[in-house]
Order: sequence, then structure tokens, then C-alpha cells
Amino acid sequence: MNENLTPPPNKMTVRNLNFYYGKAQALKGINLDIPERHVTAFIGPSGCGKSTLLRTFNRMFELYPEQRAEGEILLDGENLLKSKHNVALIRARIGMVFQKPTPFPMSIFDNIAFGVKLFEKLSRVDLEERVEWALRKGALWDEVKDKLEQSGASLSGGQQQRLCIARGVAIKPEVLLLDEPCSALDPISTARIEELIAELKRDYTVIIVTHNMQQAARCSDYTAYMYLGELMEVGQTEQIFLKPSRQETEDYITGRFG
Amino acid sequence: MNDRHLASQFDEDLNVISSKLMEMGGLVEMQIKLANQALKSFSVSQIDDILEAEDKVDLLEVDIDRELATITVRRQPAARDLRLLMAISKITTNLERTGDEASKIAKRIRSIVETGEAREIALGDLHSIFDKAADLIHRVLDAFARLDVVTAVTIHKEDDQIDHEFKGFTRKLITHMMEDPRTIRSCQDLLFIAKAVERIGDHAKNISEFIIYIVKGMDVRHSALTHVDIDSVVQLPS
Repeated sequence: MNENLTPPPNKMTVRNLNFYYGKAQALKGINLDIPERHVTAFIGPSGCGKSTLLRTFNRMFELYPEQRAEGEILLDGENLLKSKHNVALIRARIGMVFQKPTPFPMSIFDNIAFGVKLFEKLSRVDLEERVEWALRKGALWDEVKDKLEQSGASLSGGQQQRLCIARGVAIKPEVLLLDEPCSALDPISTARIEELIAELKRDYTVIIVTHNMQQAARCSDYTAYMYLGELMEVGQTEQIFLKPSRQETEDYITGRFG
Repeated sequence: MNDRHLASQFDEDLNVISSKLMEMGGLVEMQIKLANQALKSFSVSQIDDILEAEDKVDLLEVDIDRELATITVRRQPAARDLRLLMAISKITTNLERTGDEASKIAKRIRSIVETGEAREIALGDLHSIFDKAADLIHRVLDAFARLDVVTAVTIHKEDDQIDHEFKGFTRKLITHMMEDPRTIRSCQDLLFIAKAVERIGDHAKNISEFIIYIVKGMDVRHSALTHVDIDSVVQLPS
């Protein structure tokens, strides 16, 4: 990849973002651009703020009264933190998949259909089409097409995680947030998800938080290294893993950290 | 800078592989030194030593490559570690070829001594080139051990001087051959030797490029084509 000459347009832009858990500041003056239809990975040691940053992107933190964010998070130029839109609409545009697979306690079909029905009135045929489309996007269709009425919980961990990605994709978001999506999965399921990420970036802007640096190296176009609530360095993934600009980044990715 | 990995075995593996590279370098340096002496004294007494060392150099090359594969598969090295290991792989190839050149020189010296010819041709220029090339290999290995970019850049430029003198010596040999065709055979031997010495200088230059790559992360090979200003790399952040 050599995109030095024509950088892709930014889907999201973070400006001077501070975040607090009560009195404790968890993010300090974050400035970051998220390129459209590319994969951006956040790496850094535990507690560095990478998951916190991800959770600000769809205002997931608002579920907790003690948590607050200052600054700007722009989606296509609109500040999400000041947005008057219903937060559910923001989350429809910015989907999220969590560390542990979280299928709803319902059938595979309804797992996908549930979110779609919240936002769109579709005929039964259109809904079935949408479910198949989402399951295909989630690289799960061939494995579940004959058992759509079975419980989502009956699937393997890797399948459940792909179900959750399909569920996120089903409502046609613009951005997908993946918070350690493979940490509970075996290497084969992980490879499937990584393959899926490569597919998804054709249509979506993907942001992935991962503890696994090789995963960031394998599947991201841009990598951001965070430490103690600060964004230390962001750049093209090849550059970050071959010749990072900052010594702190180099120490972390070569395992000299500590 | 934090010099130690969390995994101390990784540090140990890197140390082992670096020492093996330095051992290989030491052997090649010895080959060059003996070949240089043999040429100056027209003596064959140490030719066998040069050729025997080649086997050891070859074995080290295989050994180092095996260790490189092991470290890569076990540690998935990144950044400075990855650059170091890539560079070691390239440097071993260059050292092995340097050893080959020394062996070629040794064989030609034996041929010259056995035929008894070529003694009447003045070799001062060739000795001067040889001394320079031997010095470059010595200093480039030292620069690798210390990851010294300033010296690497100097060596990179000094190789041009060897190339220049090699051309001058070649012209001189051609004149000899035209004036007295009886010298053609020995001039041919000397030409081969000079070419091998010139290649040794090139290998030193290549190794200097890999030192720059390790420290600065910049690929300066074929700088004439890629328009890299070699002097400017010293200023880059490490």
C-alpha cells in the first residue's frame, strides 16, 4: 500500500477529545482522523484508553451517568457529541461488536431481523432478503441457512461472533466498531473474522481494538498506538510496524515495553 | 531507549545470532588479510588456510539462516528487530560472497606463483586497492557491531574510490598486454584478482547500506536510481 500521495477522505474526525470516568481522566486531548472505507486499528497496553475511545464513537458511555466526554467527534462533519439526533440513530450509523459474542436469546433469523425492524418497515420477503444478505456479509450464510430458526446461542463462539457482525451489518451502518472481536476465538475463527474484515472495508469504515499486534498488522490499513490515555502515534500500518516515528511505539510493538 | 525485551530469551537469541555474524565476519576478514599478504609476498604457504576458512564461512551462513527462520517464526519480530534480522540475512549473503572472492584470489595467486610469471608487472596500485578493500570490510563490521551510521555513510562513499582505482589498474594491464603479448596470461590472472578485490569493496558498501537500514529504517540501495542523498541519512531520526 502506498497512499502517501492521495490519502483517503476521512469518515470520522476526533478533535481535542477528553474523557472522564467520574474524576479520572481516561482520554487526554485525542486528535485523530479515521479514513473512510479503511481499517483503523487501536493498539496499546491494557488501560491505555483504546476501548474507551471506541466507546465514545457511538456514545455508548452515556449509559453510565458518571462518564462524560469533551471535545468533538465528527461523523461526516457533524459533531456526534452535540448531536440532537436520537442516540439510537447514531448507533444505527455506527455499529458495534463486542469482545464476547452477544447473540440475543432468540433465533438466528430474529437476531438479524430484530435490529432491522427497529429502523425499517420491510415486507416479510424483503426482511428475509435482508437477513440472507447480512448473513452472507457476515460469512455465515452457508453454515446456518438450513437452521435459521435455531437459537443463536446454539452456534459455536466463532459463528456467534460472525452472527453479531452480521447483525451489526444488517442495519447498514456506515462505521463498524469492533472491540477485541477475536479475543475469545480460536485461530480458525479468528482467520475467518479477519477475512471478513477485509471484505467489509469495501463498504464500511472499520475500527478495531485489539490486544493482538499481529492481528493489527494483518488486517488494518492504519494503526494508532495509545498509552495512558494519549494517542502516541498514528500512521500507515506498514510504517508503524517497520519504522515507527516514536521510540515509545517501537518499544511497545517490539515487546520492550515495561 | 529500552534495550531489553520482556522476553529475555528473545534478547539472548538476537545476541547469539549477532555473535555468529561477527564470527563469520572475523573469518572473512582473516581470509582477506591472508590473501592480501600472499599477493604481496608471492607466497602460497597460507593459501590452504584461506580455502579451509571458506567451508567454515559457508557453514555459518547456513547456521545463521536457520536461526533467522527460527526467531522469525517464534517471535514475529517487528520494527527495529525486524530490520535487524532482515539486515543480518542480507549481510551474511554479502559476507559469504566476500569469502568466495578471497578464495578466488587465493587460487589465482597460486596460479601466478606456480607459473612464475607476473613478477615483472608493478603491482603497487593493486596492493593499494587491496589494502583499501580490506580496511573497508574491517571497518564495516566494526560499524555493524556498534550500529554506527556515520561510519557506514563514510564507507559507502569510500567504495567509489576503489572502483575508480580499479578502472585505472585495468587500463594499465591492457597497456601491458598490448606492449608485450607474453604477459597476457599473467595479466589475466591479475585482472581477475583486481576484479575480486573490487567486488569485496562492493560488498562492504552493501553491508554499510544495511547498517543504515537497521538504524534509520531507510533503504538507500541503488541511491543513484532512487535519488537518495546518502549524506542526509545521518540527520534522520533513529
